[in-house]
Amino acid sequence: MKRNIPLIITFLVGITVIFSEFIPHYPFGMLSGELENWFLIISGFAILLGQLSLFKVNILKIKFKKENWQYSVITLISVVVMIGTGLLWGTKDNTGILGNGDQIIAVMGSKPFDYLFDNVYQHLQATMFSLLAFFIASAAYRAFIARTTESNLLLIAAILVMLGNTSLGSFLTSWIPEAISFLHLPKLAEFIMKYPTTAGQRAIMIGAGLGIIGSSLRIILGIERSYLGGK
Amino acid sequence: MRKFLIFLFLFSAVLWAQNLDFTAEDNPNDDGSAILLKWNAAEIGAATLRITKLEENGDTTLVYLSSDVIGQYILGDGIQPKVPANFRLQALDVTGNILAEKEVTAVAKAQWFNTNKISLLIMAIILTAAIVYYIFSARSGKELYIRKIAGLESIDESVGRATEMGRPILFIPGTLDLDDMQTISGLSILSKLAQRAAEYEARLIVPVCRSMVLSTAKEVVKEAYLRAGRPDAYDPDAVFYLTDDQFGFVAGVDGIIVREKPAANFFLGAFYAESLILAETGFASGSIQTAGTAMPSQLPFFVVACDYTLIGEELFAASAYLSKEPHQLGSLKGQDLGKAIFLVVLTLGIFLEIIGVHFLKDFLTIH
Repeated sequence: MKRNIPLIITFLVGITVIFSEFIPHYPFGMLSGELENWFLIISGFAILLGQLSLFKVNILKIKFKKENWQYSVITLISVVVMIGTGLLWGTKDNTGILGNGDQIIAVMGSKPFDYLFDNVYQHLQATMFSLLAFFIASAAYRAFIARTTESNLLLIAAILVMLGNTSLGSFLTSWIPEAISFLHLPKLAEFIMKYPTTAGQRAIMIGAGLGIIGSSLRIILGIERSYLGGK
Repeated sequence: MRKFLIFLFLFSAVLWAQNLDFTAEDNPNDDGSAILLKWNAAEIGAATLRITKLEENGDTTLVYLSSDVIGQYILGDGIQPKVPANFRLQALDVTGNILAEKEVTAVAKAQWFNTNKISLLIMAIILTAAIVYYIFSARSGKELYIRKIAGLESIDESVGRATEMGRPILFIPGTLDLDDMQTISGLSILSKLAQRAAEYEARLIVPVCRSMVLSTAKEVVKEAYLRAGRPDAYDPDAVFYLTDDQFGFVAGVDGIIVREKPAANFFLGAFYAESLILAETGFASGSIQTAGTAMPSQLPFFVVACDYTLIGEELFAASAYLSKEPHQLGSLKGQDLGKAIFLVVLTLGIFLEIIGVHFLKDFLTIH
């Protein structure tokens, strides 16, 4: 029963959503949007589960002094401070339990939550994102090492695209006569990005689309049950 | 003389009316909540066309102002199915004087089938029929060949390595919620991986960034340990929530990778910019890495930084492939047939477009 009821619900909802794609008549036409709203409501409640998990895991780490438990203290303090400042003095457009905290604004320049958001959170986020530049460099170095025919082709294509997107690329091939202007580096780069790259991406997307249809059918028909913990 | 004048007046009125063409009709393929208004005032020489809706209480509501003498407008506000709606079109000159006007009535109707999606329906039926046919073929005992997917074959290798090294296995089911098919596919693979980890007594770490994924992943891992006959080895805190924030999650997972040094990392699901940050950190820590996503822009990053990559459809095929059950494998074969059909249609479409026949493109386009 524990397994069958979710399977029946999945089947009924899946079939209904497929029908609603082709039937605009009420009530089918509004079902898809309505189910999305249900999902948002359920995920809103589920946030509480996430927070409980976060507190439980970190409190246990601190309690049993597990390795690196100090990080858990910082995590919990950060969570409590952000939730607390948000609840007490509100955010930019919302008033908190204690009002807007005008005296604090006079000192800090903004509400405590917004101050922390702008001066701590955003900088930390930007720091993580900027790591990507260094990781791209190290990954590109490994990818472009000429070992096989494929990596040679990748190397050549990458050089053409990179040079084609710089003023140096344009300068290097500016002398090429108009009759064979397709050899200009910016045009070559544009060609590579526009045709082979797009074709490859679309092939992947078509395959993925078919895969999604296949997986959905397996789930709707109850053949695929591992997402429910079954075989 | 009087009769002649009346005739002349009526004749000119008819001519005048013919110059202003205004129609209102049900907007097709919808739930009866829109009216399609069309006008042609090319012969009048109007500067502006004003369309108003005539309400039952005698009020008028401005619907649309247009400087185009020929055009159409779909009105979707305030239209009820089966309720007649009256509209007036006024053709105005530059000073705002009414040159001509016409009133029409239309009733919106809800349709039971969206004819614009007939090509989609045909394709869906063909694909579904192919998948169902192969599922039944497989059930009847027909031998099906499915090519090897190296990334999925690596699961045993990864779990074995983790067991030998005494280090954990890290699994990330993407950064999107349960409404994304990639996340569900990731969780399906997690089920198989957790079972294998339970059998080998390898430690599993599953940080997630969505609360709904947390509860599902917990259930999946718990059931996998039960299936493996090792419910005692299940650690409820092995699956835990970090944060919904994209880069906060990356920072958390990177920290886990650096501190725990997992023997194997699995990144299977939907990923965005965090893909390379995760994969490169895993590479630096010396983990054996398997990634899979259907995000075309993130695949190159995974290909470069991971040992095995499941590309697009391979991620969705993973669960069926790992189950080795004939009816699940049959569905994969059906997908392959669907792919072959799409290939034929694409090639035919390219050929027809080259020779100037646009029928197939028009048929397949969803308006």
